[in-house]
Amino acid sequence: MTTKQGVMKERADEKLVMDAGDMARAVTRIAHEILEHNKGVNNLSLVGIRTGGVHLAHRLVKRIQNIEGVSVPIGELDITLYRDDLALRKNQPVLRKTSVPFDLADKVVVLVDDVLFTGRTIRAAMDSLMDLGRPGEIQLAVLVDRGHRQLPIKATYIGKNLPTSREEKVEVLLEENGEDDRVVIAKP
Amino acid sequence: MSLKRKDLLSLAPLSVDEIKLVLETADSFKEVTGREIKKVPALRGKTVVNLFFEPSTRTRTSFELAAKRLSADVINFSPSSSSVVKGETLLDTARNIEAMQADIIVLRHSSAGAADTLARGVKSSVINAGDGWHEHPTQALLDLYTIRERGLGFEGLRVAIVGDVSHSRVARSNIYALTKLGAEVRLVGPPTMMPWGVEKLGVKVYSNMDEGLRGVHVIMMLRLQLERQGRALFPTIREYARLYGLTGERVKLADSGAIVMHPGPINRGVEIAPDVADSLSSVILDQVANGVAVRMGILYLMSGAG
Repeated sequence: MTTKQGVMKERADEKLVMDAGDMARAVTRIAHEILEHNKGVNNLSLVGIRTGGVHLAHRLVKRIQNIEGVSVPIGELDITLYRDDLALRKNQPVLRKTSVPFDLADKVVVLVDDVLFTGRTIRAAMDSLMDLGRPGEIQLAVLVDRGHRQLPIKATYIGKNLPTSREEKVEVLLEENGEDDRVVIAKP
Repeated sequence: MSLKRKDLLSLAPLSVDEIKLVLETADSFKEVTGREIKKVPALRGKTVVNLFFEPSTRTRTSFELAAKRLSADVINFSPSSSSVVKGETLLDTARNIEAMQADIIVLRHSSAGAADTLARGVKSSVINAGDGWHEHPTQALLDLYTIRERGLGFEGLRVAIVGDVSHSRVARSNIYALTKLGAEVRLVGPPTMMPWGVEKLGVKVYSNMDEGLRGVHVIMMLRLQLERQGRALFPTIREYARLYGLTGERVKLADSGAIVMHPGPINRGVEIAPDVADSLSSVILDQVANGVAVRMGILYLMSGAG
């Protein structure tokens, strides 16, 4: 297990699933798959789901730029207002801004998130996108698919399939948030 | 961080963090109000009742639009003010509304403290949309939002509030909030329109408008309540306009980037000259537009199931 900084020690309270190298390779592969699947960058756009998905979307845009020499449009989505549990919460979650600064009409939109779990976030994200415009097609890219879907939702691009138990907590830690890049299962 | 309050009655008890939370939440809704489809499903299934005992078009419409854009169901309830006997009738009305299972009641009433009374009597969340001369918290929050949107920071900001401060709930809410956020608040107006001992709130009082406006970043004009003429607060409207009306000349005394605010409805040619109201430094219509976003934020924050 090595990072740019050198050997990374596994921390006592977490089980390492992907290190920085694994993550970088997964992002590169997904970038290639997106381009292959869509036969290039024509009509392509990426929309990250706050907050982890936004950082990953930016990384994907950079990779695609390296490969194709084109910068594809990128947006950021806060799905809070579309959550299905708002009416049940005692205190409302803090809102962040949604920003999709391009016309969605007939675009291929690749939604980007860090972890795919129940699928509820993706349902909310799709509803939110539909209110912003009418994309031609929505695809989904995730760094980790940990299973346990509660809705019929499937990712188009997956960095890593990670079998987990429902109680486990999967965390994607990112440099952008001041962490060493890694994916871990937090030990209780 | 979340707003752990059942009601929004006054800005006096709000912390700086709570005020900032409301402003940041409103940012998200400002984006929503700029979309082609200006509606989000956040308050689906919730009921908001606008209970207005005083005539108001602007504030009621603003709350109604805010609730509708959050997908809440909205009921407008405007008992004629003549039939209102204070206290008992208000609670009776409130019980009727509770029976309709209202989640949030927005109250406008001519008596100070009406919102507090209502909040104690019902389980629904109560938002004060103006109670007598007491407070109008959502107006002050949208004023703060508009100031912040213009890139002005609150620390050290010089704000002149001009007019009939005594009878202004807008002024009171703004004084509480602005002083809390570190702004220097100046009250400008005739001594007959200044509440006695208002300096205790940490503000400076000026009876000379030119002195009061010197170097300020924000000029907040209050509406001259023309119906108060004849109560010996000011001799004539013309004299008031001459001494306390905002003209282009007077705007020049303020900071060069100063903004002009007014909660509306404006009396053109009385407290504000028409060319000032329509000038580039006027943010009066921004205040109206921001009102919807800020009220969406407040409704959202108050809609927790707790």
